[in-house]
Amino acid sequence: MIKVTYIEDNGTSRDIDVEEGTNLMDAAVDNLVPGIDGDCGGVSACATCHVHVDAAWQDKLEPMNETEDSMLDLTDSRDDSSRLACQITATAALDGLVLRTPTGQH
Amino acid sequence: MSETTVIIGGGQAGAQTVMSLRREGFEGKIVLIADEPELPYQRPPLSKAYLAGEMAKDRLFIKPAAFYDKLDAELLLGVAVESIDTQKQQLTLKDGSTQSYDQLVFATGGRVRRLTCSGADHPAVHYLRTLGDVEAMQARFSAGTRLAVVGGGYIGLETAAIAAKHGLQVTVLEAQATPLVRVACPEVGQFFQSIHQQAGVSIHCDTLLESIEDEGEGVAALITNTGERILAELVVVGIGLLPNVELAASAGIACDNGITVDEHCRTSVANIYAAGDCTNHPNPIYQRRMRLESVHNAIEQGKTVAANICGKNTPYAQVPWFWSDQYDVKLQTVGINMGYDQTVIRGQPDSRSFAVFYLQAGRLLAVDAINRPAEFVVAKKIITQGLAVSVDRLQDETINAKELVEA
Ligand SMILES: Cc1cc2nc3c(=O)[nH]c(=O)nc-3n(C[C@H](O)[C@H](O)[C@H](O)COP(=O)(O)OP(=O)(O)OC[C@H]3O[C@@H](n4cnc5c(N)ncnc54)[C@H](O)[C@@H]3O)c2cc1C
Ligand code: FES
Repeated sequence: MIKVTYIEDNGTSRDIDVEEGTNLMDAAVDNLVPGIDGDCGGVSACATCHVHVDAAWQDKLEPMNETEDSMLDLTDSRDDSSRLACQITATAALDGLVLRTPTGQH
Repeated sequence: MSETTVIIGGGQAGAQTVMSLRREGFEGKIVLIADEPELPYQRPPLSKAYLAGEMAKDRLFIKPAAFYDKLDAELLLGVAVESIDTQKQQLTLKDGSTQSYDQLVFATGGRVRRLTCSGADHPAVHYLRTLGDVEAMQARFSAGTRLAVVGGGYIGLETAAIAAKHGLQVTVLEAQATPLVRVACPEVGQFFQSIHQQAGVSIHCDTLLESIEDEGEGVAALITNTGERILAELVVVGIGLLPNVELAASAGIACDNGITVDEHCRTSVANIYAAGDCTNHPNPIYQRRMRLESVHNAIEQGKTVAANICGKNTPYAQVPWFWSDQYDVKLQTVGINMGYDQTVIRGQPDSRSFAVFYLQAGRLLAVDAINRPAEFVVAKKIITQGLAVSVDRLQDETINAKELVEA
C-alpha cells in the first residue's frame, strides 16, 4: 500500500491507501474521490480522469505516451502538471504522491 | 412532499442518471430497478480484457456499492419492470411489487439480435452483451479452442483479437465484402481484415451462415452459403443489437427504432425520459435523428436527463465518439460518417497509424483515427465548432495534426 493524496478544487484533501499496481483513476473511483469519473474505464479514451501532479512528483512518474499527451488537449485546464490518472500506476516510488483534481471536472 | 425518480435499467446510462441527479441537486428519492443481478458495470471490457480473464470482476463495476449508499440511491437489482401505468404513475415489477414515480427514466439499453437459422440453439453458440454471457462462455475460452465469430462488427472483431492473442484458433464470418461495413469505409474494413489475418485469424467475407449442425462432443459445424463447413467448440455471434422498447411501447410511449425522445431526452409521455442505447434522439450538430450504441452517448444522455429533471432545460448536443481496441491498434472514432461523399486518408494504413476523414460537401463529418490520437482530438474540435477544413492540408503530413484546426 502507498499513500496518495487527492485534493479537490475546493481544497478538500483526502489521503487514500492504494495497492501497488492499481491505477490512480481506479483508486479514486473506489474511494469515492469526486472530480475523477473515469468514463472509459481507464483506456485513455475519455480524459475524464485529468489530474494535476504536484511539482515535486512530476519527474518521478513514467513519461506519458502519445495518446495520453493528445487526450489531455481535450481538457480545459491542461498545463505542464497535467496527467491522466488512469495512466499512473501506484508503485512504491510514488508513496506520498499529491494530485489535484481540476476545477469544473465532474 | 419529496419526489421520486425511478430509473429502469442498470447499465451505463442508468448509473449515470443516478450520479448526475445528485450532482444537479435532486433531493428526492432515487430508485434504480435493474433486471441484471450485478451492480451497474462497464460492457466494453467484456469483448476485450475481461473475456480473456485479464481483468478482475470488481474492476468492471462503474462505482462501488458504497457510492450508491452515499448518494442515498436505492438499487433494486435482479428484478425486471413488467408494466407501467402512466395514469397512476406506477410500475409493476416481475415479483409483483409496485413502485410509484414522479419522474421515470428508461435506460433499458438493448439486447442482442439472435440467429434464426437451423441449429441456432446449439450449446456452442453464445452471444456477448452481459456479464452472464461472458461467464457462460469463459470455460470454453482457452488456448487451442476453435472459435467461430459470426459478424465482423466491432464486438466480433474485438472478440477475435483477444481470442487470437490467447491462442484460440479463430475464424470470422462476415456477410459483406469487408468487415465493419455498417460503420466505416472499405479502407478501414480492409485494414482491420489485414491485421487480423496477420495475427492468424481467418476472415471469410461475402459469407453467410446458413445453418449449424451438431458434430458431437460439443462441436458445432457452421455451414455457409459458400459451401464451407467450419468446426468450432465455441461460436460467438455479434450481429447487432435490438433496442429494448417493448415496455415503453406497451405504455403508449412513441417508439421508432428506439424510444423517441426530443432534444431534452423527453419521451412522448409527460414526466418520462429516456437515455442511452434505447433512444432514438435528435442530434443538432448533424441535424438528424440517430440511435447510438456507445458509452459516451449513454453517459451524456444520462446527464441530460438528470439536468432536465432538475429543471435546467439543458439540450443534448454532443459530437458522438467511440473507441475500439484490437491487438496494438487503438481506433478512436469521432462524429458520425453517415452521408459522407468523400474520404481523405492521412498516413499509410500499412504503418498501422493513419486517419480517415469523412467529408460531406467539404464539411467534416467524422474521423476514424487508428493509432492517431492527435487527429482524433483535432477532429473533435473541428466538428464541435463547425470549422472549415481543406483536403490538401488534411493529407499533408508535414503539417502537424494540431495545426489542422487553423485550416
Ligand atoms: C461487448 C461490448 C463491447 C462494447 N465496447 C464498447 C466500446 O469499446 N466503446 C463504447 O463506447 N461502447 C462500447 N459498447 C457499447 C456500450 O457498452 C453501450 O453503449 C452501453 O453499455 C449502453 O448503456 P445503456 O445503459 O444505454 O444500456 P445497457 O448497458 O444495455 O443497460 C440497460 C440495462 O437495462 C436492463 N433492462 C432492460 N429492460 C429492463 C426492464 N424492463 N427492467 C429492468 N431492467 C431492464 C438491461 O437488462 C440492461 O442491464 C460495447 C458493448 C458491448 C456489449
Ligand atoms: S479513464 Fe478515460 S482517460 Fe482515464
